[in-house]
Amino acid sequence: MRPYLSIEGIARRYGERTVFRDLWFGVNRGEFVCLIGHSGCGKTTILNILAGLEAPDDGALVMDGHEVSGPSLDRAVIFQSHALYPWLTALGNVAFALRSRHPKMPKSEIEARARAALTLVGLKDAADQKPSELSGGMKQRVGIARALSLEPAMLLMDEPFSALDALTRGTLQDEVVGLVGGGKQTAFMITHDVDEAILLADRIILMTNGPDARIAEIVTNPMPRPRDRTNLHRQPGYYALRNHIVDFLVTRSRLLAGTRPEGWTGRDVPHITPTDPVSSQPLETIAP
Amino acid sequence: MGRVKSAWAAPMLSALILVLFLAAWQLAVRDTSPTAGMDPEYAKLMGAAVNTGKSALPTPGDVAGKLWGAIQDPFYDHGPNDKGLGIQLGYSLARVLLGFGLAALVAIPLGFAIGMAPVFGAAVNPFIQVLKPVSPLAWMPLALYTIKDSNKSAIFVIFICSVWPMLVNTAFGVAGVRREWLNVARTLEVSAWRRALFVILPAAAPTIFTGMRISIGIAWLVIVAAEMLVGGTGIGYFVWNQWNNLSLADILLGILLIGLVGMALDRLLGLAASAVTWRE
Repeated sequence: MRPYLSIEGIARRYGERTVFRDLWFGVNRGEFVCLIGHSGCGKTTILNILAGLEAPDDGALVMDGHEVSGPSLDRAVIFQSHALYPWLTALGNVAFALRSRHPKMPKSEIEARARAALTLVGLKDAADQKPSELSGGMKQRVGIARALSLEPAMLLMDEPFSALDALTRGTLQDEVVGLVGGGKQTAFMITHDVDEAILLADRIILMTNGPDARIAEIVTNPMPRPRDRTNLHRQPGYYALRNHIVDFLVTRSRLLAGTRPEGWTGRDVPHITPTDPVSSQPLETIAP
Repeated sequence: MGRVKSAWAAPMLSALILVLFLAAWQLAVRDTSPTAGMDPEYAKLMGAAVNTGKSALPTPGDVAGKLWGAIQDPFYDHGPNDKGLGIQLGYSLARVLLGFGLAALVAIPLGFAIGMAPVFGAAVNPFIQVLKPVSPLAWMPLALYTIKDSNKSAIFVIFICSVWPMLVNTAFGVAGVRREWLNVARTLEVSAWRRALFVILPAAAPTIFTGMRISIGIAWLVIVAAEMLVGGTGIGYFVWNQWNNLSLADILLGILLIGLVGMALDRLLGLAASAVTWRE
């Protein structure tokens, strides 16, 4: 049985140079999946392929049993750089997306829905302001409202909080947990922030360093949702999970890069659920 | 207090420069003939022989007098060689706006196509590069021969000189639309028409308007020269006609009005440009 969104053996090459290849993974309905890796492993390209903005050099994308080619309103994207139209107000930006989704909807209905979407992200009073008058966090909120207003089957996020300061990032992450963490919204996010991944994702895909990057393993987040930043670190399994990912990013992503082990296949990467050792001490190391 | 002072400093200085300039002008063209201080009766007796010191150039007062006359009656029409300045400026403006408008109708869609299709852009680029630096007046004989109408030829010349800056700027603006903005439109499955009108056009509008502003400036420069060639009506013809009349005061008045109208056109497009300019 295929997952809701199935990524089947995609690759990206630039001439002789392979950025990544033989990538297989899936996102189940209602699941939140994060992909984590260093710069240069092709994270953004993967997201663009999922969004349909780029075509893979190999492999295919199957969503709900149908092969996907090209972008679709069913896969809404929250861009890293918010990508709002600066000549439109916050309301105008959301309304533009809504109009694309519902070409025949009355204007008043579009506006009401756009206002509702902005209210949802706490921007009720900033609806009539231009992006240039909004802070970075508010701009990204508009981007989130724009994507959510489409009621997409799948939400795609490309490091949506990486351009924000730590405080704003935390607030926005919490809001995203509130908005899409309930298990109803299928979502895929690119990130390089470990805590963000643990807070949001049900499964975390770990990528080795590029070039010729691959999926090293897929880690299941054992903590139940909705996850809450304030007590997350007190829950069993938190440190095991966090240390495992940090270890991976610091050393293993580099050690595992390049050569693929004998008999390795992209279709069958290890699935791991880190658990606390008996001593309840943080894990020291896990052999590469 | 200091702020009030600085706000007035530039206009005050401008006024001072104007006064100094007018004074220098007055001084430079003052009557220095030997008859200047004479009793008029005696001067008449002395004859024309000594009456040679007066400059042929008008004084600021002469020009002001002409200006006052023009303001009082701008639209009189006493035959082909004697029309009010309002009428002459009107003819020039009509030609410029017509030629400029036609140029915009051609240049903006074509610029869009060039900006959106890089291959097409590269294909027509050599032609643009060759035609762009040609003085618009060089087209005049060809226009007169083919169109056989001096007025339409003048409009054609305005068209041809206005087209290039708008074409190049539109293509540049359209080609420079951020990839992420286009990507947003793609993920929203926006139709080609809607994308052109509601994404690319507003994104490129400031650049397009910059091109329009350059174009109208060039058009206003060229119309004076074109009207000197084709004759009949217009502010350029007026200036040339006053040269034939040896009325330097009228020529100076013409120059002043050409400058003022040119400034007004530029300001108008500047205002329009700032209305469509967005800030990041």
